[in-house]
Amino acid sequence: MVLEKVTEILKNYSDTEGVNITKETTFKDLGIDSLDFVEILMELEEKLSIELEIEENFATIGELVNYIEQKLK
Amino acid sequence: MRRVVVTGMGALTPVGNDVGTFWNNIISGVCGIGRITRFDTSEYKVKIAAEVKDFDPSVYMEKSEIRKTDLFAQFAIAAAAQAVEDSGIIGSVEPDRLGVYFGSGTGGLETASNEIEKLLSSGPKKVSPFYIPMMIANIAAGHIAIRYNAQGPCIPIVTACATGTNSIGEAYRTIKHGYAEAIITGGAEAAITPIGLAGFTNCLALTTTEDITAASIPFDKRRSGFVMGEGAGALILEEYEHAIKRGAKIYAEIAGYGSTCDAYHVTAPNPEAVSSAKAIENAYKESGMTEQKGIYINAHGTSTPLNDKTETLAIKKALKENAYSALVSSTKSMTAHMLGAAGAVEAIVCILALQNQIVPPTIGLLEPDPECDLDYVPNKAREASISLALSSSLGFGGHNGCIAIKKI
Repeated sequence: MVLEKVTEILKNYSDTEGVNITKETTFKDLGIDSLDFVEILMELEEKLSIELEIEENFATIGELVNYIEQKLK
Repeated sequence: MRRVVVTGMGALTPVGNDVGTFWNNIISGVCGIGRITRFDTSEYKVKIAAEVKDFDPSVYMEKSEIRKTDLFAQFAIAAAAQAVEDSGIIGSVEPDRLGVYFGSGTGGLETASNEIEKLLSSGPKKVSPFYIPMMIANIAAGHIAIRYNAQGPCIPIVTACATGTNSIGEAYRTIKHGYAEAIITGGAEAAITPIGLAGFTNCLALTTTEDITAASIPFDKRRSGFVMGEGAGALILEEYEHAIKRGAKIYAEIAGYGSTCDAYHVTAPNPEAVSSAKAIENAYKESGMTEQKGIYINAHGTSTPLNDKTETLAIKKALKENAYSALVSSTKSMTAHMLGAAGAVEAIVCILALQNQIVPPTIGLLEPDPECDLDYVPNKAREASISLALSSSLGFGGHNGCIAIKKI
């Protein structure tokens, strides 16, 4: 569920069309930099009604999904 | 002595989103002013402006870049892309010898306004990480430099309505004195936003008429303030031998630049036109063409009561007896006041006037003002033999800039 939400949001932030986003995909693969990442976290906070720390940094989509899943528990 | 020529041009204006369309409309007397469409103006005293129409940023930018740039930067990138393509400069100059001198009067006003609203309504955590890099007025230059790997001097000039002219002038000097081989220069503005309109209205700069044919009427005695415009103009300046060696198309030569400050008042010009005359005189003298006939002056000509008569005085002080034979026009009668972009698109007008030997008109000039007694080429473009063009710009803060452009 979280992966789907994240994937849906990431599509709007990346110019790479048709990339199959998996847990192993890195933010770098998608051309997403640290400022994009902050904005993505802000959008996730809004959509999932949770609080996230913008200091967090993750290399892969899977790491972000795990972090959010922990928060949602 | 190194010479500096123009080898590429790009424009996004209220009367055309490319140089060709823009020029055809300018010599045909087409006015770009209309009712403001961007937002509801029912509570505003001013309801008209000259907006850029049908601008599609996706022609020039990826969707992520569009999302992360204010409209002023999008205009800048689009105009720069047109100019760069027109010039064919990329690949012929070392990255550290390519510069960017591109400014804006107000920067990302819309972005600032939106993010301040978020701060006030939802708190500091909701402010976008892109707020600062979208809003700062230098960021258009930054984007252009990234796009074209321009690693030479990158200086965004911020001199209000003189921004475009000062950018070109400073770029000219930088190449002339050997600090760069080519520079992407110009100005961009997108201030037709609620806060921009309210601010300019309340500092008594704008006309409140709703009659678009009597709104931006430079040098007419009925004039009552300027009309906001927007857009961008971009030029590629290049060292002459460099341009010749690579077989570039050369439009004209930048031959002089004057830059002064009134040091008098934040918005009003010095009525004695001391410093504004000096800026024009300095550009004129540097061109070495003071003995020549056939001068075109693209005036700042904002249609405010003070500007047009003071500028007329400045031209007379600078050109002396030659002022009365010079052809003077204000294309702001058609584009309205493009603020930080004005000087850049007006330089393009000068270049095309020299190339085509056609002087664009000052439209809407029906009732001459006795204090404005030069030949303002009223209402109809004129074929004329011209060899030198001067483009002057005067900005809030007292900034005066003038560039001299020579036919080549």
